Amino acid sequence: MAQKSPIARTARITEITVDDVAALGIGTAIFGTGGGGAVYTSQIMVENALRDHGPVPLVTVDDLGPDDVVILMSGIGAPTVGIEMLSATGQIHALLAEAERLLGRKVTTLMAAEIGGGNGVQPIGWAARLGLKVLDADGMGRAFPDAAMVAMNVAGVPCEWAVQSDVVGNISVLKTVDLHWLERHARALTVASGSICLGAHYPMTADTVRGAVIEGTVSASIRVGHALMSSSDPVTAVAAELDARVLLTGKITDLDRRTAGGFVRGSVTISGTGADRGRLQRLELQNENLLVLEDGDVLVSVPDLITIIDAETGHAITTEMLRFGQRVSVLAWACDPIWRTPRGLELAGPAAFGYDLPYVPFEGAAR
Amino acid sequence: MTARDLSIGVDVGGTNTDAVVLDGEGRVRAWTKRATTDDITGGIRAGIADVLATIGEDRSRVSRVMLGTTHATNAIVQRRQLDRVAMIRLGAPAATEYPPLTGWPDDLVRMVLAGSAMLGGGHMVDGTPISPLDRDGILRFVDGLDDFDAIAVAGIFSPSSPDQELEVAELLRGHLGQDTRVFLSQDIGPTGLLERENATLLNAALYSVARSVTEALVTVVAEEGLDAATFFAQNDGTLMSLDYAAQYPVLTIGSGPANSIRGAAYLSGHDDAIVIDVGGTTSDLGVVVGGFPRESTLPREIGGVRTNFRMPDILSVGIGGGTVVDVASGRVGPDSVGYRIDPEGLLFGGSTPTLTDAAALAGSPVAGRALPSLSASVSEALETALAVVADRLEEAVERLSLGRLDIPLVVVGGGGFLVPDRLASAGRILRPDHGGVANAVGAAISLAGGRADQMAPMGDRDAAIEQASEAAVAKAIQAGADPLQVSVVEVLETHVPYTAQPTVNVTVKAAGPLARLSAEAPVR
Repeated sequence: MAQKSPIARTARITEITVDDVAALGIGTAIFGTGGGGAVYTSQIMVENALRDHGPVPLVTVDDLGPDDVVILMSGIGAPTVGIEMLSATGQIHALLAEAERLLGRKVTTLMAAEIGGGNGVQPIGWAARLGLKVLDADGMGRAFPDAAMVAMNVAGVPCEWAVQSDVVGNISVLKTVDLHWLERHARALTVASGSICLGAHYPMTADTVRGAVIEGTVSASIRVGHALMSSSDPVTAVAAELDARVLLTGKITDLDRRTAGGFVRGSVTISGTGADRGRLQRLELQNENLLVLEDGDVLVSVPDLITIIDAETGHAITTEMLRFGQRVSVLAWACDPIWRTPRGLELAGPAAFGYDLPYVPFEGAAR
Repeated sequence: MTARDLSIGVDVGGTNTDAVVLDGEGRVRAWTKRATTDDITGGIRAGIADVLATIGEDRSRVSRVMLGTTHATNAIVQRRQLDRVAMIRLGAPAATEYPPLTGWPDDLVRMVLAGSAMLGGGHMVDGTPISPLDRDGILRFVDGLDDFDAIAVAGIFSPSSPDQELEVAELLRGHLGQDTRVFLSQDIGPTGLLERENATLLNAALYSVARSVTEALVTVVAEEGLDAATFFAQNDGTLMSLDYAAQYPVLTIGSGPANSIRGAAYLSGHDDAIVIDVGGTTSDLGVVVGGFPRESTLPREIGGVRTNFRMPDILSVGIGGGTVVDVASGRVGPDSVGYRIDPEGLLFGGSTPTLTDAAALAGSPVAGRALPSLSASVSEALETALAVVADRLEEAVERLSLGRLDIPLVVVGGGGFLVPDRLASAGRILRPDHGGVANAVGAAISLAGGRADQMAPMGDRDAAIEQASEAAVAKAIQAGADPLQVSVVEVLETHVPYTAQPTVNVTVKAAGPLARLSAEAPVR
């Protein structure tokens, strides 16, 4: 069983109110490690849903009982299409009805597939509208480009089916041999539906969830967001809340970014300023920030978390929003221990992204 | 025969209305700065009268009057004079999770919205219909409305599948009368449904405001007896005809800064430059590339509403002549005494230390005045403040220059003395004459332009560029460009990630000199 991650150990948040949504958006952007997409539109949807239906209960793995069933809900497809052809109100209801038909029982709890970016925000609004609880956990503890890169897959929990719904009302059930086939079939189906869909998958019970998800990430995102908004020194406040280290503060002096095979790839070079003057770090990107290098050494590597934040405001800067000359801080913190297991590293370690490097765990703020 | 080679440029800002006369060689022949008046017409009248008085009998040589203004932005921000609009979105059931006006401030919704409907129609990214067009639903919706001034229509993926919005406009005019004001989202912005829809709604709501400005200009030109054609400046630094401006007022919203940075670059004699306009409260920086402002398509808020039409890429930093220096904390800004620098600044006998005072202490001649004797703590704070200013300006310039030192930095605006003669991140620093009226100069030198977008599979890229080019050229001609001289000035390709087949979005901009007014009125 995986240990609890360090961020799961602080004060308890038992419900999410409309006043938490902005903080949640800020926090999920930071957990997005450069990816995860924009959160603004999701944020507005969730605020509306919480205003209409009231706060959503946030429960822990320990709160789940024998009658509880957890499923994941998320968006699938092209973000550039998603900003134009937005989802239909009926899509989540159709997903829930089909999931309950397949299970033969009621679903009680939603979980985010990935906490990083918009996919970490939307499930809160969906839970409000469907009358469900939200599990204070997610499948990644960050953002990853592939649906197979989830903690449940590391823990060996199979995904028995997935349901997909599109804007016109088509419902499809996918039963694939593994998550790689699910990713492939789900993407093909999504294209037929106009390149954007919503999906529900990974039905789990209180027993299967335990040790198979990354706990505490919803409340951690909210706390990070509140810390940023309430501090006069947001960078330090965010780092303290995450038990993260500020690796470097400087300006972006080189940016090499290209789109290939549906992914943004490239690198960004940051030259230290102030106390860090004379130092130079390079980050390797593939949608997310994957490596930090300095003087030929790898300081941090995936699956540990690396986020570039605005040196003044502390807000996360996504890969596509990086600009030459921006003043930024590089923030890094340790991933959940489940990613450091052999199976975790096989799925999401440096080698999984094509880097011929041994993984060296990043030790966080406490050196 | 008299040469008809003079142009008048007018810029109506929130505080000042500026006017200039440019001759056929592009030299400034006259200029003035007047206070903007509540009725708009007064300020325009005073500005134009001033410059006409300066050129005397040469007034018969004036063949064009161009106007740029931030009036539309101010109307939204101040919630003034806005029309009531009915919003029709096509594409249900898609996007019903996000109803129209999602995220708008409540007071603006109450003022502007006559009603909204999400109805069948719209297209997917590949052109597949989402649902059949609900013609009956559209008619039922408009018949059920109490009162409205205009109708805005936004169809999902209308930028790449435009026919359906046109069909709906025809349906509405057939049902409600040919003079019904219908605004289509395809004319306003690119993909990004909520932002485009917002922009279309604001555009519809601004019709009366825009009309009042175009009428003010026509009135003043007629009063002065000028035989001149009139134009509006738009966000991208090109011109449009008055009819077009009245129809698409949101396209003029960024014309103030666009004109300012184009005018400044022009006065400096450079087509490529970084421009900094230092005012009383902020410094606005922009980039001119090949004579046009570099643009940003990032969503931006206007009066609390998120929109996505193209605007000049402007970076504002809180540094201006009136920026307050806090002696106790050493903090510089963002508070500013703004236009109250006289009497509040130390230099003007007041008690608030400002950046103007800091510059005066460092020896910059400001308004021929001398500072009173200062305590050591105030002197020290003012000296440190200038170093802070230099740092922030250096950073701001670098963000725009992308590290290039071969393009000049052009300094304009009343607070230009705050920009030091050397900045590590800048190339040559130029301070052109008439920099104070760069915005009006920018209006006077504008070309007529048009723009079109097209999303297509990579294999159809050439056809998409050709189609978009034709549409852009047609729009430029509609905006007043000479059909014989209009050309494509920019083709932008963006690759669309996460699509089944490689997909590209092309944006084409066309521009050209204004068409000659008559055979005997040659233009240089």
